[in-house]
Amino acid sequence: MSLDFAPRPGAAPMPRMVAAQTLMETRLLLRNGEQLLLALVIPLLLLVAGTEATRIVDLGPGRPIDIITPGVLALAILSSSFTSLAIATGFERRYGVIKRLGTTPLPRWGLLVGKIGSVLLVQAVQLTVLCLVALWLGWEPAGGAASYGWMVVLALLGTAAFAGLALLLAGTLRAEATLAIANLVYVLLLVGGAVLVPLDRYPEAAQTFLQLLPSGALSEGMRTVFEGGALPTSSVVVLVVWAAVASIATARTFKWE
Amino acid sequence: MDFPAVEVAGLVMRYGDATAVDGLSLTVDPGTVTAVLGPNGAGKTTTIETCEGYRTPQEGKVRVLGLDPVRDAARLRPRVGVMLQSGGAWSASYPHEMLRYVSRLYANPLDVDALVERLGLGGVGRTPYRRLSGGQQQRLALATALVGRPELVFLDEPTAGLDPQARRATWELVDELRASGVTVVLTTHFMDEAERLADWVHVLDHGRLIASGTPKGLTSEGAENTLRLTGPPGIDVSGLLTALPEGTQVVEQAPGTYLVSGTIDPPLLQSVTTWCVDQGILLDGIAVRRRTLEDVFLDLTGRELRS
Repeated sequence: MSLDFAPRPGAAPMPRMVAAQTLMETRLLLRNGEQLLLALVIPLLLLVAGTEATRIVDLGPGRPIDIITPGVLALAILSSSFTSLAIATGFERRYGVIKRLGTTPLPRWGLLVGKIGSVLLVQAVQLTVLCLVALWLGWEPAGGAASYGWMVVLALLGTAAFAGLALLLAGTLRAEATLAIANLVYVLLLVGGAVLVPLDRYPEAAQTFLQLLPSGALSEGMRTVFEGGALPTSSVVVLVVWAAVASIATARTFKWE
Repeated sequence: MDFPAVEVAGLVMRYGDATAVDGLSLTVDPGTVTAVLGPNGAGKTTTIETCEGYRTPQEGKVRVLGLDPVRDAARLRPRVGVMLQSGGAWSASYPHEMLRYVSRLYANPLDVDALVERLGLGGVGRTPYRRLSGGQQQRLALATALVGRPELVFLDEPTAGLDPQARRATWELVDELRASGVTVVLTTHFMDEAERLADWVHVLDHGRLIASGTPKGLTSEGAENTLRLTGPPGIDVSGLLTALPEGTQVVEQAPGTYLVSGTIDPPLLQSVTTWCVDQGILLDGIAVRRRTLEDVFLDLTGRELRS
């Protein structure tokens, strides 16, 4: 095979560039064992453990699997849109990947769209697998097809808020600090962020605060829609505000190198 | 193009108190291979990265293909290939995968399989980037700079850390780029590389341009070449001198080692050997020593280039 180096410069069409970026990011994410652990293994373990959870934590009245499943779905969204994204982006900065891509025709917003695209692809897999396993374990969601539709809306809103926060973290701190904080936040929110344990099981003083966290808003939204309710306005408002604040802060502080 | 491929005029770049680039002006003609040569810390990388649009000139002006590398970045990116000194790939990515991905960002990319073979990365297969040798990482960086078929490439230390064989392969590739009409700007601190590759050399030291020219022009400028003789000690130097053209000098540097300086040409060599025949002197060695860019740098700065 011969190579013809004669110049024929030109950028690929934008959709092809964004698709290439999305696919590359997704492949790398699926290759990373630690990220897969966060994305699927831990949520699956919690789902199985959740059916036995009443002996450990008082989740309130109702069947444990019905209470735990919406929380596990929220946790899965948290893992891919916040923890994984923050860690991956932090190390991309560290290894000069973002710097290098800065001189290709892919614009910076294209890079971000590709990242979000790969997060959403991973979430599609996560939510599908988790819902199927939950149903197999006996989950009985109320609300029918509409509740799954609201789940998708909540996933998009949650991703907007968490991805904004992830990029804020990754764009300002060193890769190691990002890694530590992203994992710490995951664990803290898992334990005390109203993700798995419903809001009304927390002390009253804490409830207002937890409701305003993106984790609380996302999880309560999930529980509401799978109990047959409509998408709660409070969840939407909280997630949109977090997304807006994080995006503005990221745009102002993100360092590409 | 009726304007230079790269034009740097009065560029000043400071990091805190340190001045990395100090009023630098240089141009690169389209279709040439230009080497920016200098020791570590001469300001080569800062200059190149300013041309690549990573830094905004603090003073002075930079134009690449007639455009402003920062303001017109979106228009320049498809046309300019960049090889960074290190990094630039995901640590878990495979070379072939990385290259295919980058190729998808361009309208008319090179054939990825052919490029992988050409750069000797075919055998690397499913080795993630972080486990590649330094030389393999270098070659991947070079490949990603070329895959979009740019008209201008910036190569920052393209052969640093390469073994001699890979280094020669890279040189051949640069020759091929020139033959294909690609403008190449490379930084190096290897004299032989600049002499072998470049049509034009800019020598940098302390952020300033201290010399500029063709490798041949730079090495023949000023001082002439020398002839080094070894043989029996105590040869009659003044006697030899009478047999040589005016302006030639001969010194016995050390017992048995003589240095002839002046215009070293075939007749001079003949005169020296004829005189030796007449005197019945058998020389052990005769060597014409050509001036190298290393000597040029030494003359200009009083320092070795690679110190």
